[in-house]
Formats: sequence, structure tokens, C-alpha cells
Amino acid sequence: MTIKPGEIAIVGAAESTRIGAVPEMAQIMLHADAALNAMADAGLKPSDIDGVACVGPMMPQQIAHYLGITPKWVDGTGVGGCSFMLHVRHAAAAIHAGYAKTILITHGESGKSRINATPRPPEPQSLNGQFEAPFGPMGPPTLFPIPVLRYMKATGTTHEHLAQVAVVQREWAGKNPRAAFRDPITIADVLNSKMIAYPFRLLQCCLVTDGGGALILTSADRAKDFPQKPVYILGSGESVETTMVSQMQDFTSSRAFRVAGPTAMEMAGIKHSDVDHLMIYDAFAHLPLYGLEDLGFVKRGEAKDFIWEGNTRPGGKLPLNTNGGGLSYTHTGMYGMFALQESVRQVRGIAPAQVPDVEISVCHGVGGMFSASGTIVMSNQRP
Amino acid sequence: MALEPGRPRPEPTPETKHFWEGTKNGKLLLQRCGDTGKAYFPPRPFSPYTGTCNVQVFEASGRATLHSYVIHHRPVPGFKPPYAIAVVELEEGPRMMTNIIDCPQTPDALVLDMPLEVAFTPMDDDITLALFRPAKGA
Repeated sequence: MTIKPGEIAIVGAAESTRIGAVPEMAQIMLHADAALNAMADAGLKPSDIDGVACVGPMMPQQIAHYLGITPKWVDGTGVGGCSFMLHVRHAAAAIHAGYAKTILITHGESGKSRINATPRPPEPQSLNGQFEAPFGPMGPPTLFPIPVLRYMKATGTTHEHLAQVAVVQREWAGKNPRAAFRDPITIADVLNSKMIAYPFRLLQCCLVTDGGGALILTSADRAKDFPQKPVYILGSGESVETTMVSQMQDFTSSRAFRVAGPTAMEMAGIKHSDVDHLMIYDAFAHLPLYGLEDLGFVKRGEAKDFIWEGNTRPGGKLPLNTNGGGLSYTHTGMYGMFALQESVRQVRGIAPAQVPDVEISVCHGVGGMFSASGTIVMSNQRP
Repeated sequence: MALEPGRPRPEPTPETKHFWEGTKNGKLLLQRCGDTGKAYFPPRPFSPYTGTCNVQVFEASGRATLHSYVIHHRPVPGFKPPYAIAVVELEEGPRMMTNIIDCPQTPDALVLDMPLEVAFTPMDDDITLALFRPAKGA
């Protein structure tokens, strides 16, 4: 039988105790710190957990063993920073299928301090190693923005429009005591910040931090017995395209976004006008524009004006990236977990920059260089 | 043009060896799907459009246009910043990442859709990269 909207719920959610610079913790401990916080949030102990998901290089067996869990179901799906959206989707299916009852999803990354951290360079025999690495890319800031000039030309988006994305997110971050950067910025500040990889400057690139997060899912029927108000999963979607940004089908739109987003919204049975709160993983300033368009919140080429006119800022009709996002809140390397945490907080009504009366939140993730995507629709009401 | 040392060196595999043999011999070799007639890249011994092995290797014209790029401003071994990391669209359809040589590495000089031509540039005795330069007469 098909899984129904609201059949599975998030009953535990927490970030690591500290985010930003956490040099006292290795990567595995950032996972564990967040996991223990999420278990406390849900009133559970490790022996209550029977499913574990996390993303490489940390394997589920490492996390399960470290935390003292004997899982009946594991998932190590690793498609970059949106892997956690896929974990939520897979966990919901597993609970629906009866493979596990109570699933823990963890993230921890020592992105800044780099203790026990993820190695980066591509293998010289891989396709990326043969057909991209020789031309001088050095990590996501040189690769993720490669399609931007084409997008700008196709849509009439300007440097000022792309600066405004960072300005608006800083407004949200200003309301969030845990955000790394909180001081207001102007378009001029963004356009005068250090050039990293034209067209993007420092304030249009995500932070690099340490941190972790964890989620616990179970069936909606069991969820009502937990201490927190359940956050129901209404819908989910996933897709991948290519790890080589040079090989994206269309530089002005992500194929993975166009599959994952609509799949999730359709499964949830919601319209765009039903969405009270939106998270779009913003590793760089162009991603919210692609997300708004590819998920159908606006038509092609309209995202720049939608943000410019204030629709996504505090008080706007579609609050977006309300924790400050990867640009101002935190970005460990795989920020998707933090986007999910903010959606959970908004739906629970406990976010630092709480949007009034949030019932439905859409949380949309991207994997590095548009390689993958996952979307989760959450609600505090079970349909 | 001589390349600075330190640039990451590609290592061919059985599926890509012909491409690297080609660049070494001054040929840009693509593959074409025999079922659909569409060219594709990167190399693989089957068609990504139909999944069949009805594919042929053919020599591309070497003509392309500038599809998009970034200009990197931070130091990387083998490169002198600022330098452009570009994606070009080949006349035959496929796109590939490359660098643009014989051209100032500035937004004013690097104009989207400008015509380019391939510039085979040896890294060492075995590996030659397909870089691109502004097309002559353009």
C-alpha cells in the first residue's frame, strides 16, 4: 500500500550543542552529540533506536557502534549536502514497510576545524578527475557558480539581484542568536566584499563551520506518545543529475530540483499557496533563485524580482531561509540537516525567528554542484 | 603555450583512453549515438541516450562557444589567479570544462557565446589538454 501523507512523523530533532568552531570534537563526536540531543528531545535512549542513517564518509556501522545501537535497517545514501532529505524519505518508506520502528538520522562535520574530516580531491581516474580537475577548480566555490553567468544572461538577473539574496538572509540571521553572522549588510557591502570566483564574492558564498544535527522518525500512530508535538511528513522527493557541473543538461535550471520538488509537493497534495515557510539550501547566492523557479513558486526568470520585492524577507509572504541559511547561519559542508532542523523548528513554533502560524514547511536540499536534490514537506497537522 | 607545473593530471581509463590518445595527436574525439545521431561527452562505450553499444568515435571540428565560466581569484597549484574555469559548448552539441587561453581573464574579454577554437596544450609526453582560445577572425 502506498505511503500516505502524514503517516510518518519526526519526533526528535536537535543540532549539536555548539555550532561554528567546535575544535573540541572530532567529526564522529559531532554526530554523537547531535544524536544524543535528539534522543533527549524525543525521550529516547540508544536501545530504543532500530534504524540508522548517515552520510559518508561516516558509515552507518560507525555511528551505530559508537552510539551503542543495534539497527535492523541502515541507510548510507551519500549524495552530498541534501543526503538527509533522502534519508528522511527512505526512513519514512522503511517505517511504512515495517523494516524499522524508530529511525535516527545523524550529521556531523568538522568542516572548519577538520578533525577526522572528509577528504576532498577527486581521484584522477574519475570522470571529474579527468574532465574537470585539470582546469583548476578548487572546491565548491569554483564549481557551484559555474552556471551563474548563463543564468544571468538567460533571465536578466543582475549582480545586484544576486547580492540581495545575501542581504535578505542576513536580515533573518540578525534574528537568530546562533547565526554565525548577524550584523546587517547592504548590497554595496556584498558587491565590495572580497572576490572569490567571479561573479561571486565572499558574502555570496556559504560559511565553513563545524556542527551536527540529528532527527528521529517514527510512525504517526506512535508519535503522539512522544514529548514533542509531532512534525508530520506529508511528502518527499529525490533525484540526482551529475557530479560534473559542466555536464548539467540546462545551466539555468536543475533537473534534480525539477524532479524532487514537484514529486514531494504532489505526494503531499499541496499547492504552492499552501506553503507557509520555505527552506532552499543556499550554499551560494544563486541557489534560492533556482529553487524558487524549479519548484514552481515563481515562473522562470521571476525569482530575482520575487526576492528583490521583499517576498522572502521577514514579514514577506513566503519566508525563506529563516535561520539565515548557509550564507549567514552555518554551513558545515553538508548543510541540508540544518535546513531540515529549521523547518522542524518553524513547524513546531519554536524557531528563533519564528514565522507566525506556520502549518506547512517545504525544505529543499541540493547536493554539491547541482548533483542531487531532496525535498521534504512537513506539517504540524496530520491530514 | 607551456602549462605551469602542479595542475591535476588526468589518468585515462579503458573507457576514455581514445579521447586522450586523440588530444595527444591533435584530434578532439567525441562519440556519437548510432541510434539517435546525437553526440555525447564524456566518453563511454555505450550511448547515454539509448543504452546500446551502437556508437562511433568521430573527430569534432574544434569549434565551440563560451557557455559559462567563473574567474577564480585564489591561488591554486598550477594556476596564476585570476584565471577562468570555463564550460564551452562544442559545435556538435556536448559541453566540456576547459580554460580559455590567449585572452584576458576578465569579464569584459570573456563574453558569453563568443566563438572559440580548440588549442591542444601538452601537459607532458602522454597527456594533452583540450584548451580553447578566441576563434581566429572573430
